[in-house]
Amino acid sequence: MHRYIIKRVLMLIPIIIGVSFIVFFMMDMAEGNALDLIGLDFSEEKLAELYHQYGYDRSVFYRYLLYIKNLFHGSLGTSIIYKKDVLDLYLQRLPATLKLASASVLVAVVLSIPLGIRAATHHGSLTDNASMVLALVGLSMPNYWLGLMLAVLFAQKLHWLPSSGDLNGIWSLILPAITVGTGLMATMTRTTRSSMLDVIRQDYLRTARAKGVPEKRVINVHALRNALIPIITVVGTEMGKALGGAVVTENVFAWPGVGRLIIEAVNQRDTATVTGCIILTAVMISIVQLIVDILYAFVDPRLRAEYSTGGQRSRRKTGPRAAALGLAGKEGAVA
Amino acid sequence: MIEKRQDMNASRAPAVEGNILEVRDLTVHFVTEDETVQAVSNISITLKKGEILGLVGETGAGKTTTALAILNLVPVPPGVVKSGSIRVCGKDVLNAPVRELEQIRGSDVSMIFQDPMTSLNPVFTVGDQIAESVMMHDKCSKAEAWERAEEMLELVGIPRERAYEYPHQFSGGMKQRVVIAIALSCNPKLLLADEPTTALDVTIQAQVLDLMCDLKEKFDTSMIFITHDLGIIAEICDRVAVMYAGRIIEEGTLEEIFNHTKHPYTEGLFNSLPNIEDRTAKLRPIPGLMPDPTKLPKGCAFAPRCPYARPECIETPQEPKYFSDTHFALCSAYSEPGFRIDREEV
Repeated sequence: MHRYIIKRVLMLIPIIIGVSFIVFFMMDMAEGNALDLIGLDFSEEKLAELYHQYGYDRSVFYRYLLYIKNLFHGSLGTSIIYKKDVLDLYLQRLPATLKLASASVLVAVVLSIPLGIRAATHHGSLTDNASMVLALVGLSMPNYWLGLMLAVLFAQKLHWLPSSGDLNGIWSLILPAITVGTGLMATMTRTTRSSMLDVIRQDYLRTARAKGVPEKRVINVHALRNALIPIITVVGTEMGKALGGAVVTENVFAWPGVGRLIIEAVNQRDTATVTGCIILTAVMISIVQLIVDILYAFVDPRLRAEYSTGGQRSRRKTGPRAAALGLAGKEGAVA
Repeated sequence: MIEKRQDMNASRAPAVEGNILEVRDLTVHFVTEDETVQAVSNISITLKKGEILGLVGETGAGKTTTALAILNLVPVPPGVVKSGSIRVCGKDVLNAPVRELEQIRGSDVSMIFQDPMTSLNPVFTVGDQIAESVMMHDKCSKAEAWERAEEMLELVGIPRERAYEYPHQFSGGMKQRVVIAIALSCNPKLLLADEPTTALDVTIQAQVLDLMCDLKEKFDTSMIFITHDLGIIAEICDRVAVMYAGRIIEEGTLEEIFNHTKHPYTEGLFNSLPNIEDRTAKLRPIPGLMPDPTKLPKGCAFAPRCPYARPECIETPQEPKYFSDTHFALCSAYSEPGFRIDREEV
């Protein structure tokens, strides 16, 4: 398991290089640069000096190599626009994004898993059909539209909730979290339902019932544990996406998160900020994926066996009875 | 430990004199939008303490459905128990409230399932899966339940330290032993063994059968042994019921069925066995296939394949013909005096 984790962490290096390469060159292809923006009323000499300072008088490859060199020294560079270290900028915005991501994923998980289980156990019933229609509606609504509608209704007309910023604590969180959470909930409900439907027909649930396990425990323990893998996958993917910042939702609700920072930086051609934020987002997503993979191992012992590479399984002593039956030696080898 | 547990069981449920299992006129259908499958029709079974009944028949004859009905585990929908009553140790299984049903399952009656590969939950250790049953029924602590689970594993010939392993770490034969250990963990009074050896190779098969016979001796468990292997029946059963298309078409003691076969279908089953002494002898399979269970005739379902069939067989409902107190066959040919099937004359 440790070796597996180390391997995964090392895999971050090519991911970071790849991501930074793509973002860096795409930013270069866009028209204009940050220096032109801040240097609008600077003199020619001053501008030329800035160009030289940031390497804009050399080729993009030179700047990229410089960036990578700094990266390996642990620096994500300095934003030309904000005149601040990119890591600080990112960390400043991260709490808001984390808050929104966890709130929406939490709401989605708490609502969608019970709903999906119920839809699966009452397959074909009114609950099932209603929840599937609801999920379809949830999936079909674009975030920006739902966000705007919620803002119009609850903020503008009813004045119940604030429509922008994160200054009012949990109250400001409600509308953005619902906006992001609705789509998540729809996806998760569908995944839970289909995964449970697969498991519910398995023989081992019949075995559980036959030994007198109450139906509630059959579903919530025996079945759910087996249905969890696809559910964890979806939760992990969605959590990863949300950590990259809900770009659209953050803009609709003026939420001071990472997504909004990236959009602002792109508009101002702030290459260092964009590249840095996207690298950090990639790292966050990789960490979430790693956690998901570790969770798989906790949920499914068959995967646990796969992670621990060959030869690490403890050798068993053969019991006298089994030795007498002449079985244990052969069976023990089955991994 | 084992004696003590038996005392506990005895004090929990009032001792039932005589029959452990009484099934009366059980009919189970599977109803879908398009058709109705008559899986089990009008079956009656009684079983005394310590008795082993062999339930024989082709695939699809309704053997497993009968066993599932005894646990009230016929999947609903599409399954519907149309009529009949089932009493296990005097308790009405079909009308029992859920709580009581959960008590009956596992402790009064338990079942060994056919396919060991899919019958165990892949995400729990085998020890957990055995101990769960003990905890449910004996209301004991987890440690006691685990102790019992490890004992059960040793009883079925698996070293106790393997209780901490998962089903995927066991071979098919060992999984089947675990399934047996689960079924036996609470000393059920009635054990339904649904082809417990079919998925195993012959050497393991013999061990599992030995094991089950041992257990029967030790605990005096009543058993319904479902199989299509007549050899196994001859080894371990006291009585035999032959099923065809959802009905018991012949029932009697082992001796009566094997040596005084009455029903043409049972005769066909025996004829289908390869003859080990005469290796040049041709196999004589029963011609044709089982009838479509959605379109069973009013009369005898075997008539289209029966060498003795007369036109009226398929039209008129069959009445059981008794040859002794314990032996009957569902065949109208015997209304004709002097009717004999070939096997009996040999």
